[in-house]
Amino acid sequence: MIDFYAYKILQTAQGKMPLEVSFQLEQGNLLTIYGNSGAGKTTLLRILAGLTHSEKSRIVVQGECWDNTETKLHLPTQKRAVGFVFQDFALFPNLTIRENLEYALPNGESNKIIDELLELMQLQSLQKSKPQHISGGQKQRVALARAIVRKPKILLLDEPLSALDDEMREKLQDYILKIHKQFNLTTILVSHHLPEIFKLADKVCLIDSGSIQKMGSPTEVFTDNKISNKFKITGEVLAIEKTDFLYVVQVLVGNSIIKVVATEKEIEGISISSKVIVASKAFNPIIQKIGLK
Amino acid sequence: MKLASLTMIDLSPLWLTAELALITTAILFVLSIPLCYWLAFSNFKFKVVIEAIVSLPLVLPPSVLGFYLLLAFSPENEFGKFLDHYFDTRLVFTFEGLIIASVIYSLPFMVHPLQSGLKNLPVSLREASYTLGKSKTTTLFKILLPNIKPSLLTGLVLTFAHTIGEFGVVLMVGGSIPGETKVVSISIYDEVQAMNYENANFYAGILFVFTFVILLSVYFINQTFTKTNPLND
Repeated sequence: MIDFYAYKILQTAQGKMPLEVSFQLEQGNLLTIYGNSGAGKTTLLRILAGLTHSEKSRIVVQGECWDNTETKLHLPTQKRAVGFVFQDFALFPNLTIRENLEYALPNGESNKIIDELLELMQLQSLQKSKPQHISGGQKQRVALARAIVRKPKILLLDEPLSALDDEMREKLQDYILKIHKQFNLTTILVSHHLPEIFKLADKVCLIDSGSIQKMGSPTEVFTDNKISNKFKITGEVLAIEKTDFLYVVQVLVGNSIIKVVATEKEIEGISISSKVIVASKAFNPIIQKIGLK
Repeated sequence: MKLASLTMIDLSPLWLTAELALITTAILFVLSIPLCYWLAFSNFKFKVVIEAIVSLPLVLPPSVLGFYLLLAFSPENEFGKFLDHYFDTRLVFTFEGLIIASVIYSLPFMVHPLQSGLKNLPVSLREASYTLGKSKTTTLFKILLPNIKPSLLTGLVLTFAHTIGEFGVVLMVGGSIPGETKVVSISIYDEVQAMNYENANFYAGILFVFTFVILLSVYFINQTFTKTNPLND
């Protein structure tokens, strides 16, 4: 169980903004933090990792107090059992892939876990390469593996997939899930990508203007619960065309574009690049297995 | 005639200069690493004061620095008296005094490249190392320093070359004692004063070529580093 409370004044482009966030998270859960840029998502991860100080904070992780401004307790980052994957991966350019992982190994521990992780993340063939000679997706896997070497209690991922294309993104989501389950981690992921959140998260924390607006399962947070839909998919609006009476909305779902008919009332507040849910409650969709019979 | 005069040339200033430059560079390298780490990453309010002091030798006439060091080292004054009394050491007109003066005089040439090298590294490298449980010292020696090799090389070479070229400070603090404080730059001055232009030309030519070769190699090596440096991707 993670018990988190922090209050910090953030310096943003619009001036000072207070960030006050409090939440509890069960062990083994995967939480995504969602919000506009500048909402304080990365700052939350940094406070949890001890990389940023806050004006007021109280952080208890599995019964161990990491931060308490009242008693002036601030456990240094080095002593917090966290794995942190940075946006820029932060791989050490002077070390090979294997050495990057070995660097993270606590003194005197067997390097069996290094071989295990290299195999799990399919990095064996790259272990002697330097980080500057591998691709973005591979760097991501190395960063993920390196963060796990110390067997942390919490894995913190700061928008690690934002720079990758859709195909790579999906593969890496699978790696994150694999690691999260295999090492029984509590994971906190900052993400902007709704399909990713629906695929990975047990819980979502929606942050806006420095505080939590909603917290719950992805469905609870992002959909109107009144819809008793039979099926629904999420996507991004690419185009809105007006016809005689209605609108045709082109929505990008995964790699496919679907066209949805909408009324003027439905289209209110929706614009190009809005994230939308396409749901149907009136008819039964056809479902078929893909592949050879 | 020419050969005869050249054979009379005293080579000891050359060795003395090399020795002074090597020792000064070594001392400054060791001192500058913790100092630069502090300058690069500390949030100390009055850090600028220290930065200004470190940079003073860049703009101050060497004779001014030499004059104050001479006063400080003099056994007539408190610091000199203290050294004389407790350590039985004289720094005026000695090689040891010359080393201390050179260390102060060449300080910015070591500090500036190292400090900017450390500052320009992505912050996430340091933070990633901390999240992997590594101390600040381990991070410095295993991650930060190995990733600023071009800056280290620039600092080492500039300090060495600058110490070889110093004149004003050396003359004020060391005088011109053969075998003890008479370095090449002083020898050139002495030879010119004595109208021995050939000898002066011999010393000056060596300094000229040597300094040029050193700078050339720094630029060449740094060019190679920059091309292969992953941090420039």
